[in-house]
Amino acid sequence: MSAQHDASHIKWSPRLTKFLDNDLVYSFRKSKITVVATLVALVIVLGAVLAPWIAPHNPFDLKTLNLLDSNMPPVWAKGGDARFLLGTDDQGRDVFSTILYGSRLSLAVGLMSVALAAALGITLGLLAGYSGGVIDTLIMRAADVQLTFPAILIALLIDGTVRALFGESHDENAAIWVLVLSIGLSFWVQYARTVRSMTFVEKNKDYVLAARLIGIRPWFILVRHILPNVIGPVLVIVTINLALAIILEATLSFLGVGLSPTQPSLGTMIRIGNNFLFSGEWWIAIFPGVTLAALVLSVNLVGDWLRDALNPKLR
Amino acid sequence: MKFTTAILAGALALASFTGQASAVTFKFAFQGDLKSLDPYSLNETFTHGVLGNVYEGLTKRGKDLKIIPGLAESWEVLEPTRWRFHLRKGVKFQNGESFTADDVVFSADRARGPSSDVKTRLPADAKVVKVDDYTVDFVLSGPNPILNAEWDTWYILSKKWCEEHNSMTAQPQAGQQMSYAALHANGTGPFIITDHQAGVRTLFKRNPNWWGKLESNFDEVIFTTISNDATRVAALLSGDVDWADPIPLQDVPRINASGVAKVLQGPELRTIFLGFDQYRPELRYSNIKGKNPFKDARVREAFYLAIDEIAIKDKVMRGAATPSALMISPLLFDLSKDFTRPAYDPAKAKKLFADAGYPNGFEVTMDCPNDRYVNDEAICQAIVAMLARVNLKINLLAQPKAKYFAKILVSGGYDTSFYLLGWTPGSFDSWNILANMYRCRDDKGVGGNNNVGNYCNPKVEQLTKEVLVENDKGKRDQLIKQAYEIGQVQDWAYVPLHQQALAWGVSNKVKVVQRPDNQILFYWFRKE
Amino acid sequence: MLAFVLRRAVQAVLVMVVVALIAFTLFRFVGDPVNQMVGIETSAQERARLRQELGLNDPVVVQFARFIWAAAHFDFGVSYQFKQPVNDLIKQRFPATIELSLVSALFSLLLGIPMGVYTALHRDSWLSGFILTVSLVGISLPTFLTGILLIFLFSVTLGWLPSFGRGDVVAIGFWTTGLLTKSGLRAIILPAVTLGLFQMALIMRLVRSEMIEVLRTDYIKFARARGLPNRIVNFGHALKNTLVPVMTIAGLQLGSIIAFAIITETVFQWPGMGLLFLRAVQNADIPIMSAYLLLVAGIFVIINLVVDLLYVVVDPRIRIEARSA
Repeated sequence: MSAQHDASHIKWSPRLTKFLDNDLVYSFRKSKITVVATLVALVIVLGAVLAPWIAPHNPFDLKTLNLLDSNMPPVWAKGGDARFLLGTDDQGRDVFSTILYGSRLSLAVGLMSVALAAALGITLGLLAGYSGGVIDTLIMRAADVQLTFPAILIALLIDGTVRALFGESHDENAAIWVLVLSIGLSFWVQYARTVRSMTFVEKNKDYVLAARLIGIRPWFILVRHILPNVIGPVLVIVTINLALAIILEATLSFLGVGLSPTQPSLGTMIRIGNNFLFSGEWWIAIFPGVTLAALVLSVNLVGDWLRDALNPKLR
Repeated sequence: MKFTTAILAGALALASFTGQASAVTFKFAFQGDLKSLDPYSLNETFTHGVLGNVYEGLTKRGKDLKIIPGLAESWEVLEPTRWRFHLRKGVKFQNGESFTADDVVFSADRARGPSSDVKTRLPADAKVVKVDDYTVDFVLSGPNPILNAEWDTWYILSKKWCEEHNSMTAQPQAGQQMSYAALHANGTGPFIITDHQAGVRTLFKRNPNWWGKLESNFDEVIFTTISNDATRVAALLSGDVDWADPIPLQDVPRINASGVAKVLQGPELRTIFLGFDQYRPELRYSNIKGKNPFKDARVREAFYLAIDEIAIKDKVMRGAATPSALMISPLLFDLSKDFTRPAYDPAKAKKLFADAGYPNGFEVTMDCPNDRYVNDEAICQAIVAMLARVNLKINLLAQPKAKYFAKILVSGGYDTSFYLLGWTPGSFDSWNILANMYRCRDDKGVGGNNNVGNYCNPKVEQLTKEVLVENDKGKRDQLIKQAYEIGQVQDWAYVPLHQQALAWGVSNKVKVVQRPDNQILFYWFRKE
Repeated sequence: MLAFVLRRAVQAVLVMVVVALIAFTLFRFVGDPVNQMVGIETSAQERARLRQELGLNDPVVVQFARFIWAAAHFDFGVSYQFKQPVNDLIKQRFPATIELSLVSALFSLLLGIPMGVYTALHRDSWLSGFILTVSLVGISLPTFLTGILLIFLFSVTLGWLPSFGRGDVVAIGFWTTGLLTKSGLRAIILPAVTLGLFQMALIMRLVRSEMIEVLRTDYIKFARARGLPNRIVNFGHALKNTLVPVMTIAGLQLGSIIAFAIITETVFQWPGMGLLFLRAVQNADIPIMSAYLLLVAGIFVIINLVVDLLYVVVDPRIRIEARSA
């Protein structure tokens, strides 16, 4: 709700590329916290991408799990085992490896759902803003309806519907797509609203009018001229949404509609670990929790910086 | 001077102590809601347990689960098809009316009437005859040695009260009409429900006019639902509740070490087991097409041998489970001792798979609830990993119980290939197991209604019929044993895993009585 | 003006109908309500009879028409789980959620605004960076984990606050309040903080960015040039200008606070509508689910409508746009 509100305050300068070259880079280097955040995010992303090569175990390969290894504390604690740096969970999975593999899933769900939301939202926003009239009203009323329900509700509902419509698939990967769809579809409104209002502004500018006069087709104008101008605020929403999507995935896990427990994401790990907080087996929830928080926090910080840096008024 | 101050302080302390002690309040929390106060509208352990403090049956079960007199002082079997019950005199319902034979006849009709969920408590064709105000006969169409086995949860309602409040039939599960009996209670038991907010809290007060001698010293009891495991444990540890159930097994040591509360563990009657679809010509969820591997007893045996139940008990259940060779708790069947669980043997399992024509294993989906039994999802995960080691690829589908039961039970068309389920025989007797789990059924569930995978063997079917009418305990047990020998030992119909342990969290201030059927009967509890 | 109001009102009604339709269709897929209503031993015939009685075998259109007709009369039927009118249940639970939402909104405003102002005024101070980062940490953890950690700290370890529920409540007419009893006040602290953390961070960041922008306007520069003391410029001029959009957003956020209460209420066993809804989802209790969705949608539509109308009053440009449209 407020994310798009924030973003709509950015009066976007058309000369994006010019200052990307210098100003943006400069402002980035000046903001130490952003540099640190970027580094943290990079480490997590790299760990996730390279998981199959750097993780000591493959927790998704069930053959390698041994129940007898379960609930071991981190290596430095009493009873720790050198094989398991950060300990093991209730199924005997190595927590460190599972975090690497789990981040992969969390990031994948986050990125794909945000991409879906952005694609859908930008398209509809452009369409609404450029066409106006009935199409605009239809799209924006649809957005209103959607805004009536918070993301968590929508995701719950979509999840339920998809599962019911297509049956409970026995393919574990399908669960990922269901999540992507649920989260993606619950986020498109912010993009649509922002892009629409910006399109409104842009479409009456002289350069668009001129393009129209010389007979350039509307979709071409949209893509070629208006789209680059809305990228900035969209980028800001993307970062905020990415953080939200990762958290939402975790929350849906908590509510019992997340990924399969045999392929845990960070959220699933926290949900499972949650049950072991009081019993002293804190490492099952805390390490993935810290990873999730670090990831979300750094993405948010980068988003923060991006919003300030891209806002010409603030420079 | 000092002396008087001390006395004064002591007197004050005493005053405040007695002030607190004057009303003893017991607070308890459970994972699920107390959904209806109508004792016939939901056949569920927790509901029946709580309502057992307010309502009473003709018979009850004692602390050791033995059948004891309840509203009936005594009974006799006049002939195999006629049982006579002598009712307790001078018993009053909580609204002041007297309890008589009319109420029993009425309750028998109501329990078997439309929209009742406890129809199985007494045979549909049994005639209930009032002999006089305090004598009732039950006339049966055939002998039935376990007639009153489930009567501890067949509660007697007041005919007049139901008539007055238009609650002649059990709370209809459908429709818009409301039932007074679902929101109010009028039993004969030791506690009275004074306020009931469904899903939030329920208030009980001691019944001063109860016919028996109350062991409990509670004046007031408050029930709250706490569905989140961690919150429930926190509530117990912080003293916000005196009793909480269930306690996650991993929290047991912490609670025991807290000095505030203890966990009371005991064997439960529910058996957790795995079942296979051995009926469809082709499995719905598998990569094997054109045939059903589970029709081959070797495959079922291989599954059995590939699962390390001891590891599950030790690690997942943290010791709080009793591995079971049968689908019934050893507490409920004397000859259980003649059965032992085959040992974990993955090598033999692999060989059996090869013999059956699956040397490279196969793929199948497993259905599992994730909020129904103790650590259900963790058990399933462990099983999936164990089966992976004998080259089986199991896709785990763990869901909340609402979705899970809707899929695998009769209403979902038994839509599963391989599943985990738990079962408690309501009558505490093997016939319930045989009838529900080992009897053949048709597609609509007629027959073995909960025989999800439709295991079907005419010999077991025949034995089940004989068990029902056999009155001699020794002979009956032998028949049951034969049925299990065929169904379980020879046919490997199911993989029984264990009886899970009860885990009640109990404040150190409270003394409780825990029965293996997991009913919370707080009329036996005391608080210091 | 009147036309604009009318049009928005008609749109609001349409939105409600669409919400009702969506809610209704989606719920047909959530799970089998019959299974939730009966025990495991109930026979297939019995189940089939129930389906028939519940009208679950009728065509969807008929079911929807029946639903709309009843909903228009504020009749949402009888809860499958609790066997009592959904209306009564909602009435019982509504005050709990509203109180929790308002208290947490208050908490987020009372903390968020001063922190936002501070971070805007002292953009480069380390404390600002600290506040910003810490507030982000708060929203970087899933709510359910924050809640459990708070319970662990304040209820189990320190024993200061109750771990669940609403404490004692006092009935004032149809409303029940926990704000008048000591146990009620103690009980609301943890859930309100858990629920409010996210909004607090949001409001703080919003205030900060608005404030920074306002501080750059000529109007403020002029005020400074006139030699007005910083305090008056910052709080008298800048903050006042900032608060209008902030209050708007905060108002709109109220709807989502109510909805996000689902998770907080679950963790703290807070007897509100969110908990009722989640339990309903788990138990496929369709009447409760539809009533809840319509109620949340209704609250949101009303808030939206009010905000829209206020805009018309406040901002003349919209009035013109409305006339021309």
